[in-house]
Amino acid sequence: MRKEFRRWKSRVMVALLVVATVLAVAPLVLILGTLIVKGAGSIDLGFFTRLPVPAGESGGGVAHAIVGTLLIVGAGCLIGLPIGIGAGIFAAEWPGSIVAKTTRFIADVLNGTPSIVVGVFAWTWIVARQKHFSGLAGSAALAVIMIPMVMRTTEEMVKLVPHSLREAALALGYSRWRTSLGIVVRTCLPGIVTGSLLAVARVAGETAPLLFTALGSQYMSRDLQQPMAALPLVVFTYASGPYDDWHRLAWATALVLIIVVFVLSLAARIATRRRFDAPR
Amino acid sequence: MTERIANSEQRTTGAIDVADFSFSYGPRQILNNVSFSMPSKAVTAIIGPSGCGKSTFLRSINRLNDLIPETKHAGDILVDGRSVYTRGIDLVALRLGVGMVFQRANPFPKTIYENVAYGPTLNRLVAPRDLPATVERCLKQAALWDEVKDRLDTPATGLSGGQQQRLCIARALANDPKVLLMDEPCSALDPIATQRVEELIVQLKASYTIVIVTHNMQQAARVSDVTGFFDRGELIEFGPTEQIFTAPSKERTEAYITGRFG
Repeated sequence: MRKEFRRWKSRVMVALLVVATVLAVAPLVLILGTLIVKGAGSIDLGFFTRLPVPAGESGGGVAHAIVGTLLIVGAGCLIGLPIGIGAGIFAAEWPGSIVAKTTRFIADVLNGTPSIVVGVFAWTWIVARQKHFSGLAGSAALAVIMIPMVMRTTEEMVKLVPHSLREAALALGYSRWRTSLGIVVRTCLPGIVTGSLLAVARVAGETAPLLFTALGSQYMSRDLQQPMAALPLVVFTYASGPYDDWHRLAWATALVLIIVVFVLSLAARIATRRRFDAPR
Repeated sequence: MTERIANSEQRTTGAIDVADFSFSYGPRQILNNVSFSMPSKAVTAIIGPSGCGKSTFLRSINRLNDLIPETKHAGDILVDGRSVYTRGIDLVALRLGVGMVFQRANPFPKTIYENVAYGPTLNRLVAPRDLPATVERCLKQAALWDEVKDRLDTPATGLSGGQQQRLCIARALANDPKVLLMDEPCSALDPIATQRVEELIVQLKASYTIVIVTHNMQQAARVSDVTGFFDRGELIEFGPTEQIFTAPSKERTEAYITGRFG
């Protein structure tokens, strides 16, 4: 009798967990499904190679936004990744220092800061001073979002390296920084790469910080000092515009954006699968 | 045995001198006024119950305890007559002269060759063209060469536990140290691997001063020339191994050795 009840209770619990899992995955499937249904039809070669056409005409592509996103995110990585990774290594290797504690706290606060706030910040410090919008200001805003994320994941990865490895290197006469960079960081490099890729994937889809900084553009621009188009901005502009053709392009652009994020996350997964063998 | 100690004392005061050395982690006193001299080119065994401070003592010699925050020390340790705790001492130089083998084998996640070659390469101890010969010599010294000579470029983590430990010994020897510290080097090994490492220790003492911390009293008796018995952070007794194991002068030493505590 009691056994029966337990078995029954166990089934109910498992069923509840399955329901929760389905509910968690459902939005993702719905989003992907909608995007494919509404966007896939508009994706052809011209979509990737052509520039927008004047409103009212059909056709045209988002080549300018693809180039813009690559440039803005690329420059953002150049600024954000070295700082984030460096700070992460420092915080993990000197965990007790006041600098590390302060930085960790600030990074946690920044991680929880809405990205639009970062956008306003970049507008105040860069756009308002230079008196014009620019792709570079967008890169700076994205870098500010990336730094705390990259720092914290790097720190966690470095902390996972067995302490015995660090001691082995020090006992062999390695100096402190050589131990950190030559042994510890090399050992957890796949993890750091993963963290960085996930951060890139996250900022590639950011819209709010770019509204105040890169602004968006209808033309092909390769100059980071000028306003620049980006995929999320195209989605924002086209989706809120009045023309059917714009809506069509917005769906297709959103699909491309999701595919980019998906590919980056997948790459991150593959990078972590090759974990180092911890010494026995 | 006693004779040899007497001889070595005539030659030199001993490679490592410990003078009133105390050590504490925060409020916890780990070592209390330890003083003794370890002879050069001989094996010194450090025995004692768990938590008596023997590992802390060993790691004080190459200052590996520096990594731990909030430690304090008093007194001094001299290696070859030079203080290890002088201000501004070059820790890299100290650790090049004082190699260490740990309780658990900890090879770098690199190839077998790289593990041995890394120390000499980094510290520019040998010319690049002599490096293969150095690696071979060290692996032979560690009695590992025959087992790995055909797969030097495979990951060190693929070796068995005993082989990994001998690789770590080879890696330490590649720096050509004067002193070799061993922190329970056989505690994770099976009896056959243990025997090989012990044979190795006996061979190595011709060229190196060896300090070995061990929980295994038979091992201390088998490989060491002199033995120090630690208990609760104090050096209770120190003398020729034979004497410590057959006629200890302190009651606590006898109680520990005969297995009445610890």
